Amino acid sequence: MSVPVQEIARHTISVVVDNEAGVLARVIGLFSGRGYNIDSLTVASVSEDAKTSRITVVTSGTPMVIEQIKAQLDRLVPVHVVADLTLEGPSVERELALVKVAGVGEHRVEALRLADAFRAHVVDSTNSSFVFELTGKTTKIDAFLNLMRELGLVEVARTGIVALARGKTGLES
Amino acid sequence: MTTAEPISGADIVLRSLVDLGVDVVFGYPGGAVLPLYDAIFQQNHIRHILVRHEQAALHAAEGYARSTGKPGVALVTSGPGATNAVTGLTDALLDSIPVICLTGQVATHLIGNDAFQEADTVGITRPCTKHNYLVKDVANLAYVMHEAFYVATSGRPGPVVIDLPKDIQVAKAPYIRPSKAQHRSYRPQIKGDLALIKEAVDLLAKAKKPIIYTGGGIINSGPAASQLLRELVRLTGYPITSTLMGLGAFPSHDPHFLGMLGMHGTYEANLAMHGCDVMLCLGARFDDRVTGRIDAFSPHSKKIHVDIDRSSINKNVHVDLGIVGDAGHVIEDMIKIWKSKICKPDEKALKAWWKQIDEWRGRKCLSYAKRDDIIMPQYAIERLYALTKDKNPYITTEVGQHQMWAAQFFGFDKPNHWMTSGGLGTMGYGLPAAIGAQIAHPEALVIDIAGEASILMNIQELSTAVQHRLPVKVFILNNEYMGMVRQWQDLTYGGRYAESYTAALPDFVRLAEAFGASGLRVSNPADLDSTIKEMMKTDGPVLVDCRVAKLENCFPMMPSGAAHNEMILSAEDAGLSPISDEGKALV
Repeated sequence: MSVPVQEIARHTISVVVDNEAGVLARVIGLFSGRGYNIDSLTVASVSEDAKTSRITVVTSGTPMVIEQIKAQLDRLVPVHVVADLTLEGPSVERELALVKVAGVGEHRVEALRLADAFRAHVVDSTNSSFVFELTGKTTKIDAFLNLMRELGLVEVARTGIVALARGKTGLES
Repeated sequence: MTTAEPISGADIVLRSLVDLGVDVVFGYPGGAVLPLYDAIFQQNHIRHILVRHEQAALHAAEGYARSTGKPGVALVTSGPGATNAVTGLTDALLDSIPVICLTGQVATHLIGNDAFQEADTVGITRPCTKHNYLVKDVANLAYVMHEAFYVATSGRPGPVVIDLPKDIQVAKAPYIRPSKAQHRSYRPQIKGDLALIKEAVDLLAKAKKPIIYTGGGIINSGPAASQLLRELVRLTGYPITSTLMGLGAFPSHDPHFLGMLGMHGTYEANLAMHGCDVMLCLGARFDDRVTGRIDAFSPHSKKIHVDIDRSSINKNVHVDLGIVGDAGHVIEDMIKIWKSKICKPDEKALKAWWKQIDEWRGRKCLSYAKRDDIIMPQYAIERLYALTKDKNPYITTEVGQHQMWAAQFFGFDKPNHWMTSGGLGTMGYGLPAAIGAQIAHPEALVIDIAGEASILMNIQELSTAVQHRLPVKVFILNNEYMGMVRQWQDLTYGGRYAESYTAALPDFVRLAEAFGASGLRVSNPADLDSTIKEMMKTDGPVLVDCRVAKLENCFPMMPSGAAHNEMILSAEDAGLSPISDEGKALV
């Protein structure tokens, strides 16, 4: 059979759904039930009337699997739009992290200096700790965390990726 | 029937059902649905059929739906009522049967409290329904009812659950029949893309070794699709095969029909699939029972796949041309394009292809050794068909060898007359499905072809048949084994029959009589015809205990992990090709 060798790739998929009870469970259940990966998932209500939410899911798979994931998402009744931001032209992706670092002396100074270089904001501080707020691509946050590990990283909370296509049009326009 | 004055949620449910054309509900009462049952008691529009187990309510609704093309409706209580319904819901999901299941739920203020007979029904049924609803406000109830029917019956049909807390059944609201506005997000694609259909017709017209492979999507599209399919085959002269679910869409005795394909499909159908150069798949989904080993599946063909469910395309098998749309509509467009382009099949190539197919047919893969001392199961089905076909019967089955023999040896010429659990393979499906079909067609002959093991899984439904005076006939091929399990143990596990012998079987004749039905027994081939005639003559439900050869296996067979061209045709063949460990790991 002439199936081309299929390589696993990472895709960012935006899903606009009705903002109703259980809709996130439908999406997550679909991924777990069919054995698809979830690398990251975010969800929040986005419309003015709070009737729709936007889910951004980062997943990985062969082209055939990615096509399946989109088709399966699309047939859920409360799903309005499914868009593959990785395939459909350029897009921007951002993630927010809150990073708690504890330390004194040179470590504390170095952490602050690096945070400044990464354009992280200090949102909480004690004599011996900071909580930094950092926004950026996943790679940037990973890099920052790697540096902080040596400087007293205590814990991290990350939002997962949100993403939009570049240009003037929206998903539902 | 819009009402301005507020009525109870239970009455809203019933008015919606009437407005949606429902006349029968299969159900079982319980605490959380008492308001609904009280409302049913006080009206005459909806008939309620009391079953004996909630699973049977779902299968009966499936049998009703499959034999009419209309959605089937089930009504069960909360907790165990809903969990018992799960098998039937999953069955309907895998076979794309439109079913609406109304489940009772504890009152909204009790949800989450582990109340008596509480279960998280929407949570449990989310993966086994097409969609489900928990109604928390009686004002939404009418809308949910109508939307649920639309979702269940449109696009790729499937089961839909509506979970109804007890207080919602009591609370009042005006009943306003929702307008048929376009759904905000759910919009199944019915018409196929014309440019793609043109491409498909071009491919088809150039084919030298074509095959048309059809499935349950033709049946679900409606009787018109079956007619159009016949026209397409007449127009092209191409060979056609069908999945288990699609039997009846094309007449089994038409010379173009190669029989069923797949694991117990015919030699000619499977080899034609393997050797074709263009495959047109209409409303089937490349199930593992059909494809065999996927990397060896039809290696040299261009594949066209028409399916109403986009997610079925390129799921198991990579196809060259995927067309999303209703099978009937797409066939209609194909015929129009074929005619307008004045397409002609490649007669010379087609003739050679048919010659090859006829050679495969010459192997007579369904032949078996007839005996006059013992009833061969294949013979029993052949006789059952011969003696009942004039009555155009509705056939249901349980799951196992008898199911495959029924598919192989009973001739189906019309859609909606064959009801079987294909995707989920649910033992216990046949009797309740027969009850549903009989309710829909009170005058028709309805036969459940059963095995002695499967029938015991929902035998209690004989009581339902007796209560409602439903003359369903249960024809048991009794070989005292879970035959298909034993067959696999024969072929794959060195004949070690672990737990597949059905010891301590009941006396089926006396069992039938205990239920108030009639029982017949036959073990001599010479008495088979008279017993079948007796079964047909006898009023009311009849259970036939047909004693058949105990160790007969169902062939041909494409063993687990094998390809279409690696079929075994007989027990002797089977000895030559032991199943690999990879094969053992497959289902």
